[in-house]
Amino acid sequence: MSVRRTAFLWLVLVGALAFGWAGAGEAAPAGPIVLTIKSHRFEPSEIAAPAGQRLMIQVRNLDATPEEFESYDFKVEKIVVSRGTITVLVGPLKPGLYKFFGDYNPDQAKGVLRVGPPSGRK
Amino acid sequence: MLAAMLIVFREVLEAGLVVGIVLAATEGIAGRLRWIGAGVAAGAFGAGLLALFAGDLSNSLSGQGQEYFNAVVLLLAVTMLGWHHLWMADHGRELAAQLKQLGSEIGAGRASLFAMAMVVALAILREGAEVVLFLYGIVAASHEGPLALLLGGLGGLALGVAVAFVLYRGLVAIPIKRLFQVTEVLLTVLAAGLAGQALAILAGIGAVPTLGDQVWDTSWALRDDTLVGRALHALIGYSDRPPGIQLIAYGLTLTAFVAGGRLVHRAHDRRRSQQLSRS
Repeated sequence: MSVRRTAFLWLVLVGALAFGWAGAGEAAPAGPIVLTIKSHRFEPSEIAAPAGQRLMIQVRNLDATPEEFESYDFKVEKIVVSRGTITVLVGPLKPGLYKFFGDYNPDQAKGVLRVGPPSGRK
Repeated sequence: MLAAMLIVFREVLEAGLVVGIVLAATEGIAGRLRWIGAGVAAGAFGAGLLALFAGDLSNSLSGQGQEYFNAVVLLLAVTMLGWHHLWMADHGRELAAQLKQLGSEIGAGRASLFAMAMVVALAILREGAEVVLFLYGIVAASHEGPLALLLGGLGGLALGVAVAFVLYRGLVAIPIKRLFQVTEVLLTVLAAGLAGQALAILAGIGAVPTLGDQVWDTSWALRDDTLVGRALHALIGYSDRPPGIQLIAYGLTLTAFVAGGRLVHRAHDRRRSQQLSRS
């Protein structure tokens, strides 16, 4: 196997993908969905959003203890210190249910993001 | 108590797997326990500091400090693994031959030991800060019977260390001639996985393009939140729904390691044959 040929193939692949991305353009995220953590529980514990859009989720921790906002389903892992606020960008996602939780209190801090069909095409 | 044990175990597991592989990859090199021990200590110290300043970090860089920090830590680990990999491509075979002949520890590769200690320190820094914050939370909310939870946490820590040890023992059961070949493969896929994670984090904050969200979905077969999924995530960078950029970073790192190793290897052989023909 030639090293040079492999490197060339990679360059072509990355170039093509970058070109495709530049052409597609990224939709700006809609206004933030706000979650609060109080007594290790999310409020609201169920949120909804349209599919195919970049989402912004803001998490406010009102507790005296730190929490980790985490979701395996939409791939987020971020620490929220006591009385702190974080913002994460998510998606665009396909329709379905996406679970999230607080990694430090996984039994109490549970919630779900319900992603519906894309907006504007009803 | 059991819940606390599981939470801590999950964090420690990822770092533990890295430590297990690094221990096997440095088998027989004099002074390695001192170096790796220093790496563990530095990582734990850094994790404490990081937990202490978690709020400041979180607020820095327009609220994206955590993400940038994690990405930099991951990419630094990839660099260290790359350095070690190239060094082994140059010296690995002689190292294995010497170890087999002498059957005792040999002094070699200060630089490679430094790289390995750094990899351990960075892994512990990343996972350790989360453990420290979790345990701090338990202590702060003292009405929930913190002692049992702390014991659970310590149990999780012990369990993670046990996994590292078992992995190490399993690996060094491989004959010394093959051992470094196996550990180099493991470290290479580890590096590719870390590079993929770093780029996925950067894509998450929009610093780099995602190049396709959820390129595939294998969550029906193996979910990231299972213990096996997490272990594979730490070892080979498995993800059930990866963005395109994660796969690109993975493939590029893999290619760079294999191609780089091969080039160094070839140069090494050429040098050897020249030396032999001259003498």
